[in-house]
Amino acid sequence: MKVPYSWLREYCDPGVAPEELAERLVMTGTEVERVTIAGPPSAESFVVGKVLSAEQHPDADRLRVCAVDVGDGERTIVCGAPNVAAGQTVAVALPGARMPGGEKLRKAMLRGVASEGMILAADELEVGDDHDGILVLDEGLSAGAPLSEVLPLAEPVLEIEVTPNRVDCFGVHGVAREVHAISAAPLAADPWAQDAAAEGQGEVSDYASVTVEVPDLCPRFTARVFTEVEIGPSPIWLRARLAAAGQRPINNVVDITNYVMLLTAQPLHAFDLDKVPGGALTVRVAAEGEKMTTLDDVERTLDAETVLVCDGNGPSGIAGIMGGQVSEVSAETTRVLLEVANWNGTNILRTSRQLGLRSEASSRFEKQLHPVLCWRAQAIASRLMLEICGAKLVPGTIDVVGEIPEPRRIRLRAARVKGLLGMTVAQADQVSYLERLGFGVEVDGEDLEVEVPPDRHYDVTREVDLIEEVARVHGIDEHLPTTLPAVARTVGGGLTREQRLCRRAEDGLRDLGFDQAVGWSFTDPGEPGRLRIPDDDPRADPVLMSNPLSEDQSAMRTMVLGSLLDIASRNVARGVDRLALFEAGSVYLRGAPPADGPLAGAFRGKISAPATEPLRFAALALGPLAARSWRGDAEAVDFFALKGDLEALARQLGAEFAFAPAAEPFLHPGRAAAVSVGGEAAGWIGELHPLVCRAWDLDAAVAFEVDAAPLLAAASAGEETYEDVTTFPAAYQDLAVVLPTEVAATTVREAILAGGGELLRSADVFDLFEGAQLGEGRKSLALSLEFRAPDRTLTDAEVTGLRDAIKATLEKIGGTLRE
Amino acid sequence: MLERIEEIRAEANAAIGAAASSAELEELRVRYLGRKAELTGVLRGIADLAPEERGKVGGAANKARKELEALLEASAERLDASELDARLVADRVDVSLPGAPPRAVGHTHLIARTTRQIEDIMVGLGYSVAEGPEIEHDYYNFTALNHPPGHPARMLQDTFYVRSHPEVLLRTHTSPMQIRAMETQPPPIFIVIPGKVYRRDSDATHSPMFHQMEGLAIAEGLTLADLQGTLLAMVRGIFGGEREVRLRPHFFPFTEPSVEVDVSCFQCEGTGTLADGERCNLCKGQGWIEILGAGMVDPNVLGFVADSGYDPERVQGFAFGLGIERVAMLRHGVPDLRRFFDNDVRMLEQFS
Ligand SMILES: [Zn+2]
Repeated sequence: MKVPYSWLREYCDPGVAPEELAERLVMTGTEVERVTIAGPPSAESFVVGKVLSAEQHPDADRLRVCAVDVGDGERTIVCGAPNVAAGQTVAVALPGARMPGGEKLRKAMLRGVASEGMILAADELEVGDDHDGILVLDEGLSAGAPLSEVLPLAEPVLEIEVTPNRVDCFGVHGVAREVHAISAAPLAADPWAQDAAAEGQGEVSDYASVTVEVPDLCPRFTARVFTEVEIGPSPIWLRARLAAAGQRPINNVVDITNYVMLLTAQPLHAFDLDKVPGGALTVRVAAEGEKMTTLDDVERTLDAETVLVCDGNGPSGIAGIMGGQVSEVSAETTRVLLEVANWNGTNILRTSRQLGLRSEASSRFEKQLHPVLCWRAQAIASRLMLEICGAKLVPGTIDVVGEIPEPRRIRLRAARVKGLLGMTVAQADQVSYLERLGFGVEVDGEDLEVEVPPDRHYDVTREVDLIEEVARVHGIDEHLPTTLPAVARTVGGGLTREQRLCRRAEDGLRDLGFDQAVGWSFTDPGEPGRLRIPDDDPRADPVLMSNPLSEDQSAMRTMVLGSLLDIASRNVARGVDRLALFEAGSVYLRGAPPADGPLAGAFRGKISAPATEPLRFAALALGPLAARSWRGDAEAVDFFALKGDLEALARQLGAEFAFAPAAEPFLHPGRAAAVSVGGEAAGWIGELHPLVCRAWDLDAAVAFEVDAAPLLAAASAGEETYEDVTTFPAAYQDLAVVLPTEVAATTVREAILAGGGELLRSADVFDLFEGAQLGEGRKSLALSLEFRAPDRTLTDAEVTGLRDAIKATLEKIGGTLRE
Repeated sequence: MLERIEEIRAEANAAIGAAASSAELEELRVRYLGRKAELTGVLRGIADLAPEERGKVGGAANKARKELEALLEASAERLDASELDARLVADRVDVSLPGAPPRAVGHTHLIARTTRQIEDIMVGLGYSVAEGPEIEHDYYNFTALNHPPGHPARMLQDTFYVRSHPEVLLRTHTSPMQIRAMETQPPPIFIVIPGKVYRRDSDATHSPMFHQMEGLAIAEGLTLADLQGTLLAMVRGIFGGEREVRLRPHFFPFTEPSVEVDVSCFQCEGTGTLADGERCNLCKGQGWIEILGAGMVDPNVLGFVADSGYDPERVQGFAFGLGIERVAMLRHGVPDLRRFFDNDVRMLEQFS
């Protein structure tokens, strides 16, 4: 909302510079985005001139050489406008004047004639976009008078961002009342207090009629009729005001409707009555699929909730949003029907969204105006119609109206004011703030009985709303104490164990050398395909958005891997040759989440979330994990390098992953494993399939992705119990076992642990050997074993016994000990 | 005989003293103390001497032998040390060559780091941390937060909706968790809610995905003044102990009164002007930077959770929400919101 300062001051003059007022408005809840200047930056060197003569330029067909009286003498001014003529009173910029945009006007030679100034057109003063001819002023003005006495120059304009609750501030008068409230400067009499004299012929019902078929969507429809209307350009003051407020001047009737809307926040619409058959208007909803062409020359298809204003020939406008072409006011118009209506805000918002059509009117109606405003607008507009268009107002007003809401009465308790704000506001201050804001106030002991004015009817509905009004006018910045809630100390906060473990996991991956990434939750629906995931896999069935910004961001990711691949691909394209990335982030799967588990959340609420969003730890690495060196380069990361990191991650949390060969469509079939923890499936690790790498322009990469929930469930970090390892020494032994190649190391280890029983504390593979002397299809694994008893030193005989037991379990899986 | 022993001793003593390497020393040891050495022969032949001679000669020879042994040992130590020195000196490297690279050092993402920092500040003030779903019901994201269907306030946030589920959307703020949390836990409640949020908007200062930190405090007797104190503590934790906050009245559908909160500029110390007299670019000369929105939780919101113990006549409190990226951008001079999601390692590695 652009508020020209001179217009505002007509109703309330705070007596301070606009910048100072803007600051005060900002601190009391009216967001002033900026203060700009409409028109030239300074009024200096702009004067009224009288054209004494206008002669053809000797060397240029389209230029005229004018003698202009500018008060202190006669000047020669070369002018290009076709309508310049002797005897005119015009606006002149003298050399030294600063034009809009800041450029300084200088004397100029125009085809050999020196020009000492410029006769101005409307657009050159930014009071309209008319450049065809110069601005002709009122004859009564005297030469040399400052132009700023005729129209506002260097007009400060407050650009206000009106919050959706304050529809009253979509009118200059509402802003003026706000200025009155915060500054206590006097507020002028209501501009609608005086109505126009009705001196037209007959009665309004002789000319027009209105039928409202949908009273719930059209709470009020008022109409007045004007005859003998003279259409023409508006007076310069009105054009200047509209231009400064950002509205293009069109003709006097349309300008009046816009002016009154900008003043009162109530939109109006003018019909050429002679284009309304029988003067009969009907308000109804559209038929589903009904079409009409709006003023912006677009044919629109309507639905059955769209409200129309129709005449005998069909729709003439979409109610509250935009008029139609059929009954537009034109140069030939002599009789005007002025509609001022009230519409259902929710319906206007819906229709405007549906049609993708917003207008100055709809942006006001959608916030719900009060029906009382219709009469205010009719009164002001009628006076201007008479004054500016020479029109006659036909007696009477058509007023189709249902029930007008009773004014709200709200009790404001002093104890609540102090209790909510934590500061005291004296009762006398509360009263004067509210009264200045337009509320009716009665004192009742400590408390107040408050009546809400119609402008604020839908905004101020409860005691708490009044408390806000009192607080902001009183001055929060100036008066509010700074305290801390004492009760928070006794509640005690903190991170949950799961939250601490998640942080630990992130730190662990970082300390293993991975850079943390934050990927997009969005992806494109083609990603599962590029990952070679078959259509019947749930990961190929992402949650899709109905209104994505682009197809590329229309699906929610079902795997973190895609994000890491995107990020890796972009980095590699920039020349990076080694990369270790991790992300701790969610994926989004169809179906409601599990009701419990470590990440089900401490604050789940009553309605289950619409989708499942498991937290994942995922990593991707490519190239060597260390930088190139003069000592020789590290090897590129492979399955085992990344597996070591994943195992380290688990150990940092006091858990252990188990690995089993498994196939994933996006992984190398021979270098991929399913990962589980605590007996629960957790995810996968593997070298990426070459075709997947190719799809992301990578040579090779290794990745893993595991669910946080089972890992955290299995984690013992923080919950450990002391174990005595010093009193009784451990016994260490190595053993080598020869077996068929296809027996997995895990199987061997499990067999050994089973054989060793609880006295065998660990068994770790430290060597793998395959060679001719073992025979075809055989391998030798070497493991180091640690035996320990908690309550005694193990004897050699005991250890030998355990070793025999291990030998027996190994034989069951086809292994023989090498002695 | 005694003279001979003295001669040998003196000769050996001089030779050992002059020895320049451990090899030479070993040669001298063999020559003077070895099995074939003269002194060894003397000692071996003592039995053949006349009884009155035996004591004197034996004593002198043993004394000479002990002296030479001690001398040899001392010399050996001396030579070992100097030879080690020489060897070490010869065994030199170019210490200016780069060290062997460790595995690259990993980095925490700036968003994660900033989130944790704010969480830690709030935990210190007695808050818990709650996380919640990003795909949400319209009810939690709007309706229960006092954005009734068809209300213009819904238009403040351009929303992504889920296909074929018009009542399901990507949360536009972390506020839905206010409702879920209150449904789950009766008052008093003090929580912060970090997480991803989504709005249909993309330019240098808007990203369709970004991160917020929500705060919610409900108990008996909490006031707007308590909100101001809490925000001051938080802002000082983030931006430094010298900061001040400024509350400007504003409008949010789910708080009343609502405020926008500015922090005094930490680049120009709130003056709007830098040391060199230039206008401060961070606060654009204002001395204040808008940092978050807040307010007293609207009674209508509490009305939606009244049967979980939130009677608006009995308990009240405040809520606030700030953008994690905005904090990180201000603190670290990141010019464009979208840079956070590029994950260019050249940027990631700037923040340890
Ligand atoms: Zn600054």
